[in-house]
Amino acid sequence: MEYEIVIGMEIHVELGTQTKIFCACPTEFGAEENTHTCPVCLGMPGVLPVLNEKVVEYATRTGLALNCEIAHYSKMDRKNYFYPDLPKAYQTSQFDLPICTGGVVEIDVDGVTKEIGITRIHIEEDAGKLLHESSEGTLVDVNRCGVPLVEIVTEPDMRSAEEAKIFAEKVRNILEYTGVSDCKMQEGSMRFDVNLSMREKGSLVLGTRTEMKNLNSFRALVRAVHYESKRQILELKKGHRIIQETRKWDDTKGTSSALRSKEEAHDYRYFPEPDLVPIIIEEDYIAKIKANLPELPEAKKRRYIKEYKLPEYDAGVLTATGILATFFEDAVAVYNEPKQISNWLMVEIPPLLKEKELAMENISITPVQLVELLKLVKNNTISGTSGKEVLKVMFDTGKNPGDIVKEQGLAQMSDTVELEAIIEKIVAANPKSVEDIGSGSDKAYGFLTGQVMKATKGQANPQVANEIIRAVVAKHLG
Amino acid sequence: MELNQKTIHEINDLLKKKEVTVTEVTQSVINRIDGVEGSTDAYLRLQSEEALNLARIVDEKLKARKKISPLEGIPYGLKDNLCTQGILTTCASKMLYNFNPPYNAHVYNLLIEEGGILLGKTNMDEFAMGSSTENSAYKVTKNPWDLNKVPGGSSGGSAVAVASDTAFFTLGSDTGGSIRQPASFCGVVGMKPTYGLVSRYGLVAFASSLDQIGPFTKDVEDCALVLNAIVGHDEKDSTSLNIEKKDYTKNLKQGVKGLKIGVAQAFFGEGLQPEVRKSLEDAIAVYKAMGAEIVDVSFQYLDYALSAYYLISSAEASSNLARYDGIRYGFRAEEYDGLVDLYRKTRSQGFGEEVKRRIMLGTHALSSGYYDAYYKKAMQVRTLIKDDFDQVFKGCDVLLTPTSPTTAFGIGEKTNNPLEMYLTDIYTVPVNIAGIPGISIPCGLDQVGMPIGMQLLGPVLSEKTILKAAWAFENETNYKNLKAPLGREV
Ligand SMILES: [Zn+2]
Repeated sequence: MEYEIVIGMEIHVELGTQTKIFCACPTEFGAEENTHTCPVCLGMPGVLPVLNEKVVEYATRTGLALNCEIAHYSKMDRKNYFYPDLPKAYQTSQFDLPICTGGVVEIDVDGVTKEIGITRIHIEEDAGKLLHESSEGTLVDVNRCGVPLVEIVTEPDMRSAEEAKIFAEKVRNILEYTGVSDCKMQEGSMRFDVNLSMREKGSLVLGTRTEMKNLNSFRALVRAVHYESKRQILELKKGHRIIQETRKWDDTKGTSSALRSKEEAHDYRYFPEPDLVPIIIEEDYIAKIKANLPELPEAKKRRYIKEYKLPEYDAGVLTATGILATFFEDAVAVYNEPKQISNWLMVEIPPLLKEKELAMENISITPVQLVELLKLVKNNTISGTSGKEVLKVMFDTGKNPGDIVKEQGLAQMSDTVELEAIIEKIVAANPKSVEDIGSGSDKAYGFLTGQVMKATKGQANPQVANEIIRAVVAKHLG
Repeated sequence: MELNQKTIHEINDLLKKKEVTVTEVTQSVINRIDGVEGSTDAYLRLQSEEALNLARIVDEKLKARKKISPLEGIPYGLKDNLCTQGILTTCASKMLYNFNPPYNAHVYNLLIEEGGILLGKTNMDEFAMGSSTENSAYKVTKNPWDLNKVPGGSSGGSAVAVASDTAFFTLGSDTGGSIRQPASFCGVVGMKPTYGLVSRYGLVAFASSLDQIGPFTKDVEDCALVLNAIVGHDEKDSTSLNIEKKDYTKNLKQGVKGLKIGVAQAFFGEGLQPEVRKSLEDAIAVYKAMGAEIVDVSFQYLDYALSAYYLISSAEASSNLARYDGIRYGFRAEEYDGLVDLYRKTRSQGFGEEVKRRIMLGTHALSSGYYDAYYKKAMQVRTLIKDDFDQVFKGCDVLLTPTSPTTAFGIGEKTNNPLEMYLTDIYTVPVNIAGIPGISIPCGLDQVGMPIGMQLLGPVLSEKTILKAAWAFENETNYKNLKAPLGREV
């Protein structure tokens, strides 16, 4: 029997608001433990939450970017459970009336476009973190408590790890573009839960699913889907039934284990949050946010193809992240050579970033600096090969390419008088080569060019050198 | 008459005329506290020294100035569920025995700005759950009219402080009658304003959608003065109403001629003590004589109010009180084995019986499989009761009812019968469910000399009409001048 994987996802995304969802504490990542706190996010007795309007705005933006309906009336609810990282012992979330419903995201899988349905998006607050390493026992860091999140819930529309990954990347791309989140996976700004079940290929009935919690990278997502689908197939082949349960992925071991079964699932006792008023969103508000949405990746890609005459592949790569697209656009704005910029951005820059273990957002050169370099290459001041070396130095030192070229004497020798003198000498010293050329073998040209480059320590402009060699040889043969 | 026996507006007059000093006024209250607090146990914590220091500071300020605001230099008490920075706030619970809030309740900040003088924190039923103040983890407060009787609850300490002249006013909280019922039992004025009129920031939550802070005072004019100080929008409380401030003393003494006063059979049902019924009938006659129009009104769903109230309030309480887990502040069990055991032991030992009963009731009402039958249905009833009141107030301006079916009962009399205890709130809970304002004022004494209270209710934000009706009755009758015999019989 052939099996088919059925995947639905829940994506938690931390919104990039300056302050927390219910208090004025900063949301900034990486602060000293328990310094971004106040009585409200500490859940002290008698304090009350006030909903950060920016959270509603960002959630609305998220919803619109993912083609959702925005609810004119939604409300917050309490999700009750005990855990030391949850000071109020309830998470303020949304239950039956989320802010966004019914969206869709298009993904490209092997050249075929596929629609992934978005069931809902709701607003909620993040919990704190437990620190188990301490010798004093387990400690709580409350800094993350009350950092605003949206939870994006999809329909079970994905059929492979690859689709799940492409979808997740697409969502990250869109959210990053929309400016609602930095989507930094390593800081936990974006986390995935995967609901996975298996069924006989062609069947319309869904199998029993498991839920895999807190996958913190695309790699973990792909590995967890592979692992879980294999595990389920194995169980089914043994004639076992899949148990509906929550599982925890261990990325170091590359395995998952059962966390709790359906019977052990928490009863969250949701009920409407009485300390907050309903969220009423007017049509004007939605229209205004819609009008101010930035250009999304899909549209940007189409524009690059049309406006900059870039191949579809280039346009796809350049628009894959907002940061890269912005870099490209800043460069092309001051230097109208889109294809040259694209080539360097796609081919030369990524290995350097990788070598330095830098993300694109932390790149140490500016678009203007890159353009300066590309101009030097384009007008033959330096060779392409030298250009790559200059780029490396730029990465290391942050210096301007012009200065580097000067310092290292990399400018090409295009001075024909000087070159002619050198070439005369070389041709005269190699009569055998002239003879070979005379008898119809062009190979000797290569040898002569090599000699010229050697003599000029690589600074001769190869094109110019070539022309002069031919002229001088012709003269000798003459 | 001793200074401490006077009202806020009387003291304010004397201070204006510079006939007394704030220090003298404060000292007089402290003397009274020294005399009777041992018998009444109204306060959980007193700060006489601080109060006198503050009094001297206010005196200094007043020397140089003619103007004096109504609550300036007036000693008062706060229910112990109102957060006071630097002063323990325990909610009369072992759970918060050492809790020192790093912030003030919004109302406390307002009273500090007004120049009021905080005397201490008053006793209450633990986390405001109860109708007799017997559920305090620390002490039982006694009714100054008869020390063997309860003062009502949950704001019993606040009611007794005003009734026994150990404060000019106090603040309490009213979730289902916790201001009005003890006001009635102790023969003082107690008001629950419209939900959202007074900020709940810093009021330790019992049931968030029902809780409202309000004053206990010696007369209606004082009630209006305190209301003027504590009402107002607060952006820290999302449920706080953003409306223009009113002067509640304005037109207070306008009279009730032509006012339509509704009387509903639903509030004169089974279990109503005959003297209470008689007092209310007398009150109706007084209003008629003053030119008010008495109209019969009726309710459809009031019978379900008490059940709905206990489901909604307990459900919210089960969530509001979940944060008391021994992790970050307050009580933690001494010995435990792991996290779950820490939770279990801390909460078993830290909470009293009634609180645990309500948490369990509320948890059950919200549980999957029971939610629809209990919580959801209760919320539907809530809507029906609101509609009921809306209908009723189409036919009348205010509604006159007894505050409680009976006068104060004996200490220990109902502690073993929670349901009977709950029934003492039967006339007050519908008001919280509807979110409307209500006042309780004295309207007589029963056969054994215990105070009887009557309740005046009105639609949302009708505080001024209610106060006007209350003042007219108070002014026409002599019940305001009846004082608890405590300490005076000898
Ligand atoms: Zn905070």
